[in-house]
Amino acid sequence: MDRAVIEGDPYRLIEGMAIAAYGIGASKAYVYLRAEYPLAIQRLKDAIEVAKTYGFVGNNILDSGFNLEIVIKKGAVAFVCGEETALIKSIEGKRGMPKPRPPYPAVSGLFDKPTIINNVESLANIPNIIREGAGWFNGVGTENSKGTKVFALSGNIANTGLVEVAMGTTLKEIIFEIGGGIPDGYKYKAVQIGGPSGGCIPESEIDIQIDYESLITVGAMMGSGGLVVMDENTCMVDVAKYFMGFIQSESCGKCIPCREGTRRMLEILERIASGKSNETELETLERFQSVLHMTDLATIIQDASLCGLGKSAPNPVLSTLRWFRHEYEEHIYERKCRAKVCKELLTFTIIEDKCTGCTLCAIQCPTDAILGSKKHPHYINFEKCIGCGTCLEVCNFDSINVE
Amino acid sequence: MKIIVINNEVEAKEGEFLLAALRRQGIKIPTLCNIDGLDPSGSCRMCVVEMEGRPDLVPSCAFPVYEGLKILTHSERVVTARKAIVELLLSNHPDDCLYCVRNGNCELQGLAQEHCVSERIFSGSKNSYKLDYSSPAIVRDPAKCVLCGKCVRVCEEIQNVACIDFAGRGSKAYIGTAFDEGLNVSSCVKCGQCILVCPTGALTERSHIDEVMAVLHEKKKHIVVQHAPSVSVTVGEEFGLKAGKDVNGIMTAALRKMGFDRVFETSFSADLTIMEEASELADRIQNGGKLPMFTSCSPGWVKYLEEFYPEMIDNLSSCKSPQQMLGAVIKSYYAEREDIDPKDIYSVSVMPCTAKKFEIDRDGMGRGDTSDVDAVLTTREFAKMIRMMGIDFNSLEPDGADTPFGIRSTAGKLFGASGGVMEAALRTAHYFLTGKELEIFEIKEIRGMKGIKEAKVMIGELEVGVAVVNGVGNAQKLLDEIQAGRDDIHFVEIMTCPGGCVAGGGQPIGADPEKIKARMRAIYKIDKEETLRTSHNNPDIKRLYDDYLGKPLGHKSHELLHTHYVERKDIMK
Repeated sequence: MDRAVIEGDPYRLIEGMAIAAYGIGASKAYVYLRAEYPLAIQRLKDAIEVAKTYGFVGNNILDSGFNLEIVIKKGAVAFVCGEETALIKSIEGKRGMPKPRPPYPAVSGLFDKPTIINNVESLANIPNIIREGAGWFNGVGTENSKGTKVFALSGNIANTGLVEVAMGTTLKEIIFEIGGGIPDGYKYKAVQIGGPSGGCIPESEIDIQIDYESLITVGAMMGSGGLVVMDENTCMVDVAKYFMGFIQSESCGKCIPCREGTRRMLEILERIASGKSNETELETLERFQSVLHMTDLATIIQDASLCGLGKSAPNPVLSTLRWFRHEYEEHIYERKCRAKVCKELLTFTIIEDKCTGCTLCAIQCPTDAILGSKKHPHYINFEKCIGCGTCLEVCNFDSINVE
Repeated sequence: MKIIVINNEVEAKEGEFLLAALRRQGIKIPTLCNIDGLDPSGSCRMCVVEMEGRPDLVPSCAFPVYEGLKILTHSERVVTARKAIVELLLSNHPDDCLYCVRNGNCELQGLAQEHCVSERIFSGSKNSYKLDYSSPAIVRDPAKCVLCGKCVRVCEEIQNVACIDFAGRGSKAYIGTAFDEGLNVSSCVKCGQCILVCPTGALTERSHIDEVMAVLHEKKKHIVVQHAPSVSVTVGEEFGLKAGKDVNGIMTAALRKMGFDRVFETSFSADLTIMEEASELADRIQNGGKLPMFTSCSPGWVKYLEEFYPEMIDNLSSCKSPQQMLGAVIKSYYAEREDIDPKDIYSVSVMPCTAKKFEIDRDGMGRGDTSDVDAVLTTREFAKMIRMMGIDFNSLEPDGADTPFGIRSTAGKLFGASGGVMEAALRTAHYFLTGKELEIFEIKEIRGMKGIKEAKVMIGELEVGVAVVNGVGNAQKLLDEIQAGRDDIHFVEIMTCPGGCVAGGGQPIGADPEKIKARMRAIYKIDKEETLRTSHNNPDIKRLYDDYLGKPLGHKSHELLHTHYVERKDIMK
């Protein structure tokens, strides 16, 4: 949504930055922007030029004697560069790897100079707050979380896009009133809030007020302001696996708990979600053993990682484990995926009564797992079936049953 | 100030990191990525402690102390985390400890033992990498790398070479060279400082043990060996002796026992180097040659200059290093004297250095297909061979070097410490330029661990400005000053490794600054206690010139003892 602010109203950001810079006496400000947002970059560039011609940026701004140069630094799309010390390294032209704090950037930041780092959304709020007063801003929101917050609504929801709501708005209002609810008559299952390293909120907590404090009580966080809505066709183990995979590939690799820990965590999830028909006893044992280590490993990654990425990396797993433990148990012990997402855990059978023996499924099956003669009901050889779902897709008579 | 460690008050100093305070109190905190004297990287997380008021564990290496800080250093939570970190590292580590060069002194192995790691907790995929065997000096095995980043920091922050860095993301992150081209095409100067800080076997020297062993067992060739000035004050550490204990005679005896036909000291040819180098300096001063002149005995430095300051190649002395000079006179003068075909001589050197392995194959070393030196053993490899041959090092009777190179001056021995070449050269240059000996041999300003050491020395009427660069990472400042027009310096000694050869990349692993200082002191003690302290008064050197070479910088000298350099601007060359 920061991109939307820059593309839609870059002057708000520029004004906010100028005020912030004036506040701390900084003469140089950087906007760290992903290189893959060319429109945002172009509009911000143009806006800075316009601001310069009017004397809002540059030397002796509005005859105040205050100078400010705004530099756009294009980043190479590394998730970890959202971490402030990694972002600083990246602006310095080095590899975006975080460093231990203290010293905090406010003491020693960019090029070892005192630096404040804020989100675009925060800075863009400043001009309005200065103009309308703190009371105006504080008039909205909850006791400890003031003002409004923009969320990016996505997933299984009728209205996707950016929404700005007052802090304290309930999740239910956001999803079912603003978002228009879940389409196609499916049931709500959970929402992933705060980006890949945020947490999920189940139906039992849907009346929660969205503010910084409340989110923490359910193991989630505000984070990036992403809100991914998931319906009953979503497998929560698969969700955890997806986010863990993302975090693992975006870890900078510097500290061991994050680099090696998230990798093992991902492997544990992969083992849970996979079900090879020829699994050896050793593999079964490893699968059970690794499940036992999962929460310990998550604790250590949280406890010992260097930066925010690592410290929050296990969140998707911990949060899904907290609210959807039964789904994990089904995967692990019953070897079933109720959402029918984890393909290797699915059992495909042919309903004899419905099968017409058209042979289409047998022809299409990539592993020749379907046997039978023409015009007679077919059957599936489980040993050969890899659970790809091709038969289900091609059958014209609804005769494939999946469990 | 006071901090509270497990309910005990402990003294700490303003501005220091927690780890330093704890270590001073004798509290052992494990680390993998810490390098004393450099900014903490906080990457390995082994040094984490539990701190009151902090929700997560805190790395003690990077946390500045403050009054009243309360910590637990070995609580269940802390020890569990440390153990898990070791287990995680092992889950992506080859299980070949028994075949690893660092078996027995591997830090990861040590940490696994300390934390009672007894089974594989995390099973899963391992990264597979190719061994980087491209460099003649250093072998990289990324599979054994734990990404502590110490090599990267030493290479960049201490040596100012920066030929390796992190690449890739997540569990696929690795330490690599530019364009993954292999170390031999990078700007690597082969100093081996990365090996000294590597906690595992990911970085090692390119071993010459097998080749040397094979030749020793075959006994078909006449096998000679030389050992460098600094090795005698360091190799003892491999056998439990104190740092700085001089075992020169014992080493010689050990080499004889191993089956070398002749044992020589490189300190002798260091005297020879001084004869040539001091003459070259005198010549440049008297005849308006390129000044300041740079020493050329440290091959890492030579590569650094070729790589980063090729426009200053003319400043470099054309003298070969002592290793190459001795190699050259062994296969010429010595071969003639003993009536042996140079092709039947196998010449080995024992060096504190990994770059020496690179130097022997440089263009211009040797004549025709006869190389000056055939194999180089580092101090570490030498110690290994002593063990392999079943030699009880500590019970040997000291022995002396062989003729015709049996006598060395202490000037030659000084080559082992930063500043030593300069002191030795000035003693002889003074004599060459004035015909008189220096009144005071010691030049205290150019001893010690400072990065750049400078002094002014009167040679007759001329005030000679000298500078000593201790570690190639300190060279840039001085070289830039010279390029900017600084002209009060005549002669510059540059040693690749901080401290000089006593702290070379081939020396025993695990040396701290105190040990390095003890090694240096040992060298200066030898110089102080002996009487032959100038190269030009070494009778064996005089005989070599009288019998064979003629005079310094003469025709024979140029053929045998001098070399040339190449520009290496493009790393892809």
